[in-house]
Amino acid sequence: MVPGSWFLGLAAILFTIGAVGLLVRRNVLVMFMCVELMLNAVNLTFVTFARMLDDIGGQVVVFFVLVVAAAEVVVGLGIIVAIFRRRHDATADDVFALRG
Amino acid sequence: MSMLAAATSTPIHVPRVEWVAILPELILVGAALVLLTASGLRRARLPRGVHMIATIAAAGGALGAAWYLWAQVSDGKARDAVAGAVVVDGFSVFFMILVSCAVVLGALLADDYLRREDLDGPEFYALMMLSASGAMFMAAANDLIVLFLGLELLSISLYVMAGLHLRRSESQEAAMKYFLLGAFSSAFFLYGIALVYGATGSTALPAIADFLRTNVLVSNGLLVGGLGFLLVGLGFKVAAVPFHMWTPDVYQGAPTPVTGFMAAAAKAAGFAGLLRVLFSTFITYRLDWQPVVWALAVATLVLGSVVALVQTDVKRMLAYSSIAHAGYVLVGVEVATSRGTAGALFYLLAYTFMVLGSFGVVTVVGRRGDAAHDLDTYRGLASRRPALALAFTIFLLAQAGVPPSTGFLAKFYVIGAAVEARAYALAIIAMVAAVVAAFFYLRVIVVMYMTASEEAESPRLRVPVGVTVALAATLGFTLVFGIVPGTVFDFARHATVLRF
Repeated sequence: MVPGSWFLGLAAILFTIGAVGLLVRRNVLVMFMCVELMLNAVNLTFVTFARMLDDIGGQVVVFFVLVVAAAEVVVGLGIIVAIFRRRHDATADDVFALRG
Repeated sequence: MSMLAAATSTPIHVPRVEWVAILPELILVGAALVLLTASGLRRARLPRGVHMIATIAAAGGALGAAWYLWAQVSDGKARDAVAGAVVVDGFSVFFMILVSCAVVLGALLADDYLRREDLDGPEFYALMMLSASGAMFMAAANDLIVLFLGLELLSISLYVMAGLHLRRSESQEAAMKYFLLGAFSSAFFLYGIALVYGATGSTALPAIADFLRTNVLVSNGLLVGGLGFLLVGLGFKVAAVPFHMWTPDVYQGAPTPVTGFMAAAAKAAGFAGLLRVLFSTFITYRLDWQPVVWALAVATLVLGSVVALVQTDVKRMLAYSSIAHAGYVLVGVEVATSRGTAGALFYLLAYTFMVLGSFGVVTVVGRRGDAAHDLDTYRGLASRRPALALAFTIFLLAQAGVPPSTGFLAKFYVIGAAVEARAYALAIIAMVAAVVAAFFYLRVIVVMYMTASEEAESPRLRVPVGVTVALAATLGFTLVFGIVPGTVFDFARHATVLRF
């Protein structure tokens, strides 16, 4: 029997990997994947708490998060494709021209 | 067979849905869908202006529905609706009215802009109405998940709107930055919800509040951590320092009417969520979050005012000024009194009109291509277009907090509330920041009036009808309620009736 806190720890580690990855990686697609990793870490947290609290609410939340993540993927990829069309790479350092 | 029998013997409990309680949101979402479908089905383009008129009609309908709800809740009554997912109280209806006004003004600014930039179509209007409905859901949320869904509906629509100008690479860059950092902050917000859920066993705000009132947590690390993540997520939306990094780039890159709408609606919605979470749910943990909000307010005020000084792009300067404005609203949040909340709400309403008016002028001066936003393009504007320069002057002075304007009263109310709550340090910092901020607003005015334009203007700046109407409305609001604020301030005061 694996204790619930292990799952919470794993979720926290995944969330941290996602957050750090988004900050240090420069490829937009990889940054995007890091966001998805963070959202899925949250899902794992919700499911674990739902199990520990014996409450169905946390599992229902996961469905909402999945739907929102899917919508975000659609819009995010749309924006990335729009940028790819203009310049054939998607490295954050090159795309980022607005400064000040 | 026995399973089937068991299934039929337990009826599914269908919650009663009070459609009236979410009527403003339904009107906006419905209008957005109808607009998209109608222009998709028609071969020929719809006649010009139809999208704008439809949007204004829908926002007017939402405004009317919100007014109807206001009559039910203005005396402090609040009620749950839709199985406890949303709450109808003065606070939520206040934000419904605010956001409806922002939609009307945004549509007026966008109409000519979209034609000028060859972007005419239903997309902008449909997205604006969808994001407005998200903002309203955030204000009415009675459950952290509803708050999250509203936040995402608001944000995802705004990501697309920021990238709407297909031929400007700055616009797409703004969309990408906004998207990446927005998704990043949403993930933090969601993790905060998960931790609060783990600590209290519910995501419903009243249930969390009850739990916190009746239980003393021995180790509250999970809860405080969760609250911290919620603050990070909402801090991103309202552009509080240190979560403001996206603001200047996105404000500068996004199409100007979008920037105006975003500055008004997204900030208001973020503060609606922040106030709701802090006051109706975590008020028992006031001593834990007040120092954090204090630090956020001070950092936001100082950085927003100081960095705006060195900007040469007017849109970017207005972005830093919007950061500074978030600092003043945070002052009203920090004091955690009903007077502070009333001040914060009044500030948000006043700011909605000031900022949409300002960006209305910037839309016109930006010309075709939406690129002329350097301070130099404002040289001698007063001699070329005196009325436009005068309007911009009034908006800038109002933002700087010069009486008689709603901008002055807004600052006066939040700082007064801080003094009343004995937060003297915060009040002094806010006043010093206002003095610093006055400098960069005045610099634009000096450029418009004191310098001559170098070459003769060609072609002459054209002020479209829609922008004229929007400027007249925002100017009227800013000046009239700057002189007789009673009605609006009472409105904000009645809206603070959050359920405790």
